[in-house]
Amino acid sequence: MLSRISTYLFLRPRLVLLLLLGPPLLYMLVVYLGSLFALLVNSFFYLEEFTGLIVREFTLRTYALIFNPANREIFFRTTLMAAAVTVTDALLAFPLAYYIARFASPRLKTWLLIAVTIPLWSSYLVRVYAWKLILAKEGILSWFINLLHLNPILDWLLSIPAIGGSSLSLSPLGMFIVFAYIWLPYMIIPVQTALERVPNSLLEASGDLGAKPYQTFRNVILPLAFPGVVAGSIFTFSLTLGDFIVPLSLGNSKFFIGQAVYSYQGTGGNIPLAAAMTMGPVVIMVIYLLVARKLGAFDAL
Amino acid sequence: MRSKSYSGAQASWGLKIAAFLTLLFLHVPIWIIFLYSFTPDETTYTFPLPGFTTRWFGVALGRSDLWSALTLSLRVAAVATLAALVLGTLAAAAVYRSNFFGKESVSFLLVLPIALPGIVTGIALRTAIGGLEIPFSFWTIVIGHATFCVVVVYNNVLARFRRTSGSLVEASMDLGANAFQTFRYVIFPNIATALLAGGMLAFALSFDEVIVTTFTSGQQTTLPIWIFSQLTRPRDRPVTNVAALIVILITFVPIFLAQRLTAESSETGESKSG
Repeated sequence: MLSRISTYLFLRPRLVLLLLLGPPLLYMLVVYLGSLFALLVNSFFYLEEFTGLIVREFTLRTYALIFNPANREIFFRTTLMAAAVTVTDALLAFPLAYYIARFASPRLKTWLLIAVTIPLWSSYLVRVYAWKLILAKEGILSWFINLLHLNPILDWLLSIPAIGGSSLSLSPLGMFIVFAYIWLPYMIIPVQTALERVPNSLLEASGDLGAKPYQTFRNVILPLAFPGVVAGSIFTFSLTLGDFIVPLSLGNSKFFIGQAVYSYQGTGGNIPLAAAMTMGPVVIMVIYLLVARKLGAFDAL
Repeated sequence: MRSKSYSGAQASWGLKIAAFLTLLFLHVPIWIIFLYSFTPDETTYTFPLPGFTTRWFGVALGRSDLWSALTLSLRVAAVATLAALVLGTLAAAAVYRSNFFGKESVSFLLVLPIALPGIVTGIALRTAIGGLEIPFSFWTIVIGHATFCVVVVYNNVLARFRRTSGSLVEASMDLGANAFQTFRYVIFPNIATALLAGGMLAFALSFDEVIVTTFTSGQQTTLPIWIFSQLTRPRDRPVTNVAALIVILITFVPIFLAQRLTAESSETGESKSG
């Protein structure tokens, strides 16, 4: 019996393909794309202010709301934070990625890669929570800063209006540190992969042609590592753009995109506005991905 | 290992120190959680800790809200992982063995839920659930988690398929095995560790997911949702410390094993081809 079915299937590869591909494709099309479509449709509805009911008619009214000054500021603030986090992570990731790719022995390399991937997979929420403990006014970082007598510098930083706040755990500066920490592994891995692919012969050739080590680094290694940096930046940028956990836990009253979406759909009950607001990160990410592809980031993934 | 990709040269001290500091930066915050689960301090996060106590573990054990959150998270992660294993393996098999129109878009579609910010998936599912007037339940959480877990299994299994020689399957068929026997005795043993690795990562991913869950859980509380509510409005700081520690411990083992499994198989894979 099983052999008969087996032969039957063997002669019909199209049917087998359908049986294999059908369930996952159907699931993703119906549940995921279907939901994205519902999101898109909802962004063209609007919330009637007086009745509090959602009017299911096509309108661009909700999109017009996105461009009011308050929301524009939210977009600007979030994009700026995402950019700052991305640049910082690229700088922080480089030494470790470089060491893993070029100097670590195979055995050490395996362990170092595990050491980088464990934080990447392990609970993002708990790692945010850890920073709540670290950045608290009475917490470990303050204690350390006190020990080094660096309080004046911290107070000065916290007094700057754009980045400061009452303490590190309630300020944009604190959020920036946490974002940079949380997404750092996403940058290290692609940069390391890109560096790994630089052939040694190229570096030897550069040396033979009279380049000093820093010239080789500047003119050979950096350009070849760049697609890896762009690949990593897709994650650091996208993840910062849509996050609402970090702003809700460590931010102040100044909203970020994710936080705005969260509160519009939750307490506001305004799904159309939340939907339209979500289209912001989607559009920004699509543009980002197109540029990244031009820069060769997808080969480095 | 003959083919050394590393130069064998010595790194400068500056580079070594920078790499080491980055490694510390990645790991020290996780240790802090361990430390704080022993603090006797109930109202602040004072450092150095004012003492040492293990009483919060007992308190946490007695908390029924924590227990029900933990069981809900475990159940969701188990079912979502199972769904991801089936769907991810099917998709990987289809993409590996056949050429068809739109093959590239399958990978793209599967990776989309983790490439786009989590809030997009979350609010999209929330909108669909609201629009269809589906009540929030255990299954709405599972359905949300499965969307981003599938790709993890898919990537692991597809990578293994690509390293497995196709001639093995042909040999099995030539020797008279039918498709089911071939799957049972040739394909399955080959992809077993990839399934295990993918499944464990999917489990870890689902167990501590919070962003999508916020939008698909309604009034239900998973363990991450419980911790998140404590982050914004701290009421039970010591119990939260213990809960955070539980999440780390439960996710660490599968993540570590999955990394070891994939690292080992890629090492043997290289030596096979070399």
